[in-house]
Formats: sequence, structure tokens, C-alpha cells
Amino acid sequence: MTTMTLAVRDSATMTRRSIRHVLRYPVTLVVAVGVPVLLLLLFIGVFGALKAGLGTGPHVSYIDYVLPGIIVMTIAYGSSVTTQSVNRDSTEGIIGRFRTMAISPSSVLNGHVATALVRTLVSAAAVIGVAIGLGFRPTADAGRWLAAAGVVVLFVLALSWLAVAVGLAAKTVEGTTGFILIVQILPFISSAFVPPGQMSGSVRWFAENEPFTPVIDTLRGLLTGTPSGGTVLAAVAWCAGLTLAGYLWARVLFRRDLNR
Amino acid sequence: MTSAITATGLRKSFGDKVVLDGIDLEVESGTTFSLLGPNGAGKTTMVQIMSTVVHADAGDVRVAGHDLAREPAAVRAAIGVTGQFSAIDSLLTGEENLLLMADLHHLGRAEGRRRAAGLLDQFGLADSARKTTMTYSGGMKRRLDLAMTLIGDPRVIFLDEPTTGLDPRSRRMMWQIIRQLVAGGVTILLTTQMLDEADELADRVAVLDHGKVVAAGSPEELKRSIPGAHVRLHFADATGLDAGARALGEAFRHDDTLTLEVPSDGGAVAVRELLNRLGDTAAGVDDVSVHTPDLDDVFFALTGHPTAEPTPEMENAR
Repeated sequence: MTTMTLAVRDSATMTRRSIRHVLRYPVTLVVAVGVPVLLLLLFIGVFGALKAGLGTGPHVSYIDYVLPGIIVMTIAYGSSVTTQSVNRDSTEGIIGRFRTMAISPSSVLNGHVATALVRTLVSAAAVIGVAIGLGFRPTADAGRWLAAAGVVVLFVLALSWLAVAVGLAAKTVEGTTGFILIVQILPFISSAFVPPGQMSGSVRWFAENEPFTPVIDTLRGLLTGTPSGGTVLAAVAWCAGLTLAGYLWARVLFRRDLNR
Repeated sequence: MTSAITATGLRKSFGDKVVLDGIDLEVESGTTFSLLGPNGAGKTTMVQIMSTVVHADAGDVRVAGHDLAREPAAVRAAIGVTGQFSAIDSLLTGEENLLLMADLHHLGRAEGRRRAAGLLDQFGLADSARKTTMTYSGGMKRRLDLAMTLIGDPRVIFLDEPTTGLDPRSRRMMWQIIRQLVAGGVTILLTTQMLDEADELADRVAVLDHGKVVAAGSPEELKRSIPGAHVRLHFADATGLDAGARALGEAFRHDDTLTLEVPSDGGAVAVRELLNRLGDTAAGVDDVSVHTPDLDDVFFALTGHPTAEPTPEMENAR
């Protein structure tokens, strides 16, 4: 068997394993959809009436404005599940077992990332479905939907590889909470709920320059037709950079001595 | 006889802590070799290096004819590992765990199912095959762990303290399985803290202490080198202890516990002779016990310090 077919075959086996975990404990999936939907309802309820004051534009209803941010929060929540499941593998010792076996070394982590992708896409689709029921009116045609899906996939990959690395680096599940907190807080200091132009000082600077903002703006542009300017390039660059950083970090961690 | 495992000049430090300080060992094909030592002696690190998950700082290792540093993948294809740092998937059932291993060994669906069913039967896990392993007892988890190691038919098996924490019945069962494996021609390297386990299973034993081999040989050779066996006599009162000490002469006297320790091989003849020598003073003895050498005695004899003292944290890490 060539290295490539071995890698594909073992990665498929590892993905089946992780998917089985998800299906056995579907409550993870329910929470992954439930929490973003709850936030969506909360933000429509709290800020929906103020949309003009928020500067989101007169023709955009608040649910249209806020949904891209909610999608990104769904992705962020998905990555916190990923980091915990990688950490469980690492601390329970099954990664130690895999490493003594003649399998494609990359397959262990590939399986986690592939599962994260499937799991997050399913929850994001469910969240969008609920949002449409609540009055979300995207203007995108098939091509723009496809492009939006592409951006979602890129962002899932970026956060998943970081999540995998953090899961490997943490000695206990508590060690992953820093990462979880960061990815869940970042959307609040971005263009998700309020345009950064309405913010002040350093918060505004931060919101304009952190990775979640261009991803959210790009999704918003694709789905609701608002002008997204140069954000597409920034979004893709952030995703590529974070993916590469997470992947290389995870690779180093996976190869280092066990128990260190 | 060919060697299944050879290690020469193996060294490993974690930071400034020297864990392995120049280890040499050779394990013949088809035999059981035991690394005996307390927590922190370096046993787990040895196994981790030989199973490719920890890199040695210096030294050469060959496993199943392959150089560890140059052909780690070939080594992995020949070995199986069960122990403190191997593990099972607690979210899957016992059967799913075995089928996962079968898939990773590329056995094919039918062959994987056949072997998994056989191993579940052999290890007494058939009734629990469809339950998630979270519900398994410690002994069941350990057996499943070993079954997962065996599904790929490894030629060399590393067992890192395979019976630590098991109840006596599960321990006997594990020993039985290990004997069957050796009878089937595989080579086993076993680490243990228990002399009786090494005695029971190993053809050769190396005693490891602070990262050095302090003694090596067959279990019989090792036990002969240890003057640890003695008969312990407990007296009802100090008067009895005095009389007993006078009657026996050479004995270690412990006034605080009212006991005498008399060196002896612990056999029936020796005990009868000892009691004869006590004569009438035997009436003052309320308890007689025979103490055979254990790891503490081996350690004390070989290293001059007890087993309990050294750093536990290294071996506790999984």
C-alpha cells in the first residue's frame, strides 16, 4: 500500500470512530445547535428594535445582520468540542496506543478534523434552517451560497487545527478552557452584533483587526448582499494562516515524546 | 537462538533528571524477559522508547530485526503494547474497540470480525461485548486492552505492569494468558514491581534501579543472591522473647514488636528444626510466620536502599 492510500484509509477509519462518538452522544450536537439558536433569539429580542440606531442600515433587518455572526459562533462552539475530544484521546492514552501502531501518523488528527468539519457543517445548516424560520431572508444565489459554504469550511479548518493542537498541548481538560474562552469571546468583540464603526477607541481597533470580523463580513456580504469590500481576501488569509499555524503546532506536539 | 530485542548503551534524561543511565539488554526470541523495579526506576521509559513513542538520547535498539531509529514504522508493525500508557476508547463498546484495531491493521471486514469474536471469547468478554467500556471493571479493561494488542498478531509484545491494580483472580487470569502467548512463540518484555510475577512468568529478569541494571539473571539466580528469607516468631511477652533469644542465639531481635527474625529458607524441614531448637521456650511463641524474599529484600540486598524512596512521578505519568 502506498503512503497516500494508507493515509486515506486510516484517516477514514479514524473519522468513522469520531463520528461514532458523536452519534452515540447526540446531546453534543443538540447543544451545538441549541446554544447559537438561543443567542440568536436573545440578540433579536434585545437589539432587534434598535437596528437603525446600531447603524446596520435601514434596509437590513437585524436577523439578517446578526446571522453570519451566529454562524461563526456555531463554528467556535464546534471547535471547543473538538479540543476537548482530542484532549480526552490524549489524556486517556489512546493516542499513545495509536502511536505504537503501524498506521499513518497523520490519520489520528485528520480523523478529528474531518469529524469536526462534518459535525460543524451539520450544526451550521441546522442553525441557518431555524433562522430562516425566524425570518432570515438571504439574497444569495446558488453560487454565493457555495462561496459562503467555502468560507465556512475554511474557518472550520482553521479553528479545528488550532483546537487539535490545544487539545494535544493541554495536560488536562481544564487546560483547554483558555482556548474555549477566547474563541467564544472573540465574536462579541467583532462585527457580529454591532458594526465596529459604532464602537470606540481600542475596542474598535481590536474589532476591526481580529480574524472573526473579516470572516463575518464576508459571510454577510455573500448571504445578504451587503458590500464586503476587501474583507474576502483578509478572511481567506486569516483562515489559511491559522490553519497552517495550528497544523504545524499540532504536528510538533504529536511527534514529541509521550508524557512530556 | 536469535534476539528479538537488543539495547545497548540506552540513555534518556527528562530535563536534568537522568531516567536511563546506560542500559544494555538482550531478549531471546520466544522468551519472556522481565524488567523488575520500583516506581521511578525507568521501566516505563524503557518500554516507551522500545515502542517508538519516546526518543532515546543515546544508544542503539533493535526490535524484531529492525533498527528503532531508522525504521520505526517496521518496528511498530512487529510490536504490540499494553500497559500504563496504552488505552481503550471509553466511548466505544468492547467489540467496537477491537474492530477499530482490526481496521487499523487492515485486516478486512470478515477477518476482523472473526478475530474480534475469538478474542472476546478467549478473554471472557463476550457477554459485555456490546457495552461501552466505560462500564467495564478494571480487570475487564486490562483484558480488552491486551486483546486489542493481540488482534494484529504482534511478534514482540511489551507489557508495562499488566497486573498492577488487579484483584488476585484477574491477575491469575492475566498470567495464564501471558503463558499461552509465549507458548505460541511470541517474545514478551514485561515490567513489574512484583518479584513473584517475574518469578512466575519470566525466563530472565533484569533489576532496574535509578536507570541502571543492578542485577540480571534467571529468577532462581536472583533469589539465591538474596538473603531475605526468614522465619518470624512473635512472643506473648518480654520474658518469652528473652528466653527465645537465648535458645536461638543468631536472630534479629525487635523488642518493640516482641519478635525475633531468624534467617531461614522457609522450608518445612528448616522450620521444624528451628522449633526444635526453641524447645520449651516455644510455649511463649504465639505466632510463627515465614517471610520469603520480596522486591523490598531484592532491592535492599542489591542497592542498599529500600524501594519506597525514589521519585514516583515519572512512572505515574501515563
